[in-house]
Amino acid sequence: MNPKSIAIVGAAETTRLGVIPDMSQIQLHADAALNAMADAGLKPADIDGIATAGETPVTVAHYLGLTPKWVDGTAVGGCSFMIHVRHAAAAIASGLCRTVLITHGESGRSGVGRTRNVVAPTSLAGQFEQPYGPMGPPTLFTIPVLRYMKTYGLSHEQLAMVSVVQREWAAKNPRATFKTPITVDDVLNSRMIAYPFRLLQCCLVTDGGGALIMVAAERGRDFPQKPVYILGTGESVETPMVSQMQDFTSSRAFRVAGPTAFAEAGITHQDVDHLMIYDAFAHLPIYGLEDLGFVPRGEGGAFIAERNTAPGPNLKLPLNTNGGGLSYMHSGMYGMYALQESVRQMRGTAPAQIPGAKISVCHGVGGMFAASGTIIMSNEPP
Amino acid sequence: MSEARRARPQPTPETQHFWDGTRAGELRLQRCNACGKVYFPPRPFCPACAAREVSVFAASGKGRLYSYVIHHRPVPGFTPPYAIAVVELDEGPRLMTNIIGCPQTPEALQLDMPVEVVFEKLDDEITLPLFRPVAR
Ligand SMILES: [Zn+2]
Repeated sequence: MNPKSIAIVGAAETTRLGVIPDMSQIQLHADAALNAMADAGLKPADIDGIATAGETPVTVAHYLGLTPKWVDGTAVGGCSFMIHVRHAAAAIASGLCRTVLITHGESGRSGVGRTRNVVAPTSLAGQFEQPYGPMGPPTLFTIPVLRYMKTYGLSHEQLAMVSVVQREWAAKNPRATFKTPITVDDVLNSRMIAYPFRLLQCCLVTDGGGALIMVAAERGRDFPQKPVYILGTGESVETPMVSQMQDFTSSRAFRVAGPTAFAEAGITHQDVDHLMIYDAFAHLPIYGLEDLGFVPRGEGGAFIAERNTAPGPNLKLPLNTNGGGLSYMHSGMYGMYALQESVRQMRGTAPAQIPGAKISVCHGVGGMFAASGTIIMSNEPP
Repeated sequence: MSEARRARPQPTPETQHFWDGTRAGELRLQRCNACGKVYFPPRPFCPACAAREVSVFAASGKGRLYSYVIHHRPVPGFTPPYAIAVVELDEGPRLMTNIIGCPQTPEALQLDMPVEVVFEKLDDEITLPLFRPVAR
């Protein structure tokens, strides 16, 4: 894909976020899709490509009344939507379709009409991880962190500061689930979930959805909203078992997806005005900052603790400006909400808008360091 | 833990030798005959060079505590708090396990402390490789 050859012209979340017991998972997809179509001034007949995860593209296309000529059901966890953006850009660029809708919806909190991921007892994870008592991401995603802490001297207080700083961003966002300021002591005194992780270092569990609409850049100005151009993209996968990560202090999938996107975009880190790093747990922004090359290995925790990513006079690199999965919302596959915040920042409509921001990097993780996708956006026309 | 039991692995043809090994008191790994790579989890070819000629051998059962979390919420078959750990074997591969024979606390569970395998029978077919601290 050539940089800025593809544009995002529709972007929306579900009308409500948080606790939505009156909507099933598929309706959350539809609510977000209808909002995104309205945002772009489009009807179902205008959409000829569909990508989604959680539900199959068959289910979503049928429910919305679409007749797609291109489908993508890549489902590798919460960064699936970054990867959909990448695949959609390639599909549009090569003429497979013209107008792609990407949808996400998840009844993470209320559990209405939810599709479930079950670890089969015959799978490698079922045989070689599940017997030892993990219970989902809080007990698996977190396992590498003590090794990181010992390797680089990351402190519990620094790790707690990730949650503190993101709550400061959330306080600026009326749609954030948690807006009340918290301190390092609040984090370190919150309920222990899986040492060294406490409740306030783990993501929310909420209901919601989001959708994006993408077209070729030459059509970008035919729509009501300011187009947001795709500058660079990357993706990768590593392992379905966190115990088999090559390096417990770094994600190989991050180190493939991130640099691939930067190379395609032809930018340096100094060019980046705004950054989203999928934060299901407090260590992820630290791993992301390092694996994407914003700071040297081992320095991500101090970088955040010293308020380089926080609102205020020290701000150098605005990070997770919606409040993130730790404070804004997290339905289970958070990647779509990170993309939505990057689009808002590029449109100039974010609640915590970064003045003059021109380039946004949006980095996602899937599974427990299983997968990754990176999307770099720009609001400057080609 | 008579009623609620931990998740039970179900062997496949490619992993049967591992579970036969634990039942016989051996921690079996695989080594590539072509490039010498020692690897885990089991599969009948080398993940480094794709050679199909690989050998099964009994590992030493010794390693070091590589990383862990201490889970504080109930899971069938476990009494919280309990550590979900990753051990790095002397032969190189890492595997998830539980650490038994010591308090489930950060003070007792020091990274890099030496550990050795202990075989815990789950039922007639499945024996799990757990680990305990050992003086070295
Ligand atoms: Zn080999």
